[in-house]
Amino acid sequence: MSTSTLKSDLLSERDRALIVATQAGLPLVSDPWAELGKQLDMPADEVLARFQKMQDNGVIRRVAAVPDHYRLGYQFNGMTVWDVCDDAIARLGDQVGCLPFVSHCYQRPRHLPYWSYNLFAMVHGISRDEVEHKAAQIREVLGDACSGHTILYSSAILKKTGLRLKKQSGRS
Amino acid sequence: MRLDAADRQLIDRYQRHLPVCERPYQEMARELGLTEDEVIARLSRLQENQVLSRVGPVFEHSRAGASLLAAVAAPENQMDLVAARINRAPGVNHNYAREHAYNLWFVMTAPDEETLDERLDELEHQLQLPMLRLPMIEGYHIDLGFDIDWEALP
Repeated sequence: MSTSTLKSDLLSERDRALIVATQAGLPLVSDPWAELGKQLDMPADEVLARFQKMQDNGVIRRVAAVPDHYRLGYQFNGMTVWDVCDDAIARLGDQVGCLPFVSHCYQRPRHLPYWSYNLFAMVHGISRDEVEHKAAQIREVLGDACSGHTILYSSAILKKTGLRLKKQSGRS
Repeated sequence: MRLDAADRQLIDRYQRHLPVCERPYQEMARELGLTEDEVIARLSRLQENQVLSRVGPVFEHSRAGASLLAAVAAPENQMDLVAARINRAPGVNHNYAREHAYNLWFVMTAPDEETLDERLDELEHQLQLPMLRLPMIEGYHIDLGFDIDWEALP
């Protein structure tokens, strides 16, 4: 996805207020839009319409019940990183992204000689063995186009929050 | 924490998308054959127990602003200090310790690209450590979760 489009001119003050009010989650009540409307001093139908518009224009990527995988029991989070031939990365990136156990898959730049990996695929497991087994399946998909890989296990989550727009006083 | 069949169904069915309509929980209840109150009660409990990190929107940073994955190789004996400095820097929303020479991995966000670069430059200067900057070039599968294998979980 391109990072160049839209930006802040896409979001009005009222949209920003709605983002601040929902970034930790929607109210779990029968009519969440009315509840948000009360907080924001906005009619419920305007809240819903703004929310849907942000979905349509891609500011909201998705709306979901987002599980905490670590909490569910997937205690091993492996960021698998791969050095994939540039000619093949678009095709292979798609294939790796389609594996049912890959939660994120991105192409990122190499920084030679310090960092040679250009494909990132996040894998979760209840054990290291499970992560290794899944990484082996990715290795198979990549075949000869891959000339190196490693797995970076997370040892501690030091900070984790969603998008956080600060409440802004005065100017935007 | 043990989850019953309805909890699991809620997660399986709605971890990627839930209906955005006038009465979302009523719609989910209809789809699952539960009552709206029960859906709300279950979601509330799962959120309280932190099995769900949230029920709500996932924002696209590149549309609402700018973001970038970065890493530094902190000397082992300075990791806590470096991590604390990263966590305090404006715009950092994720920071993971990982087992690698590059041992701290974080996401920096900002309202726009220019501010993002300024924040990264400032932090790099403060840390006095070379920073690996890894912007996304292409997303093949963007944070959509994965199928949960309930039977395999402890």
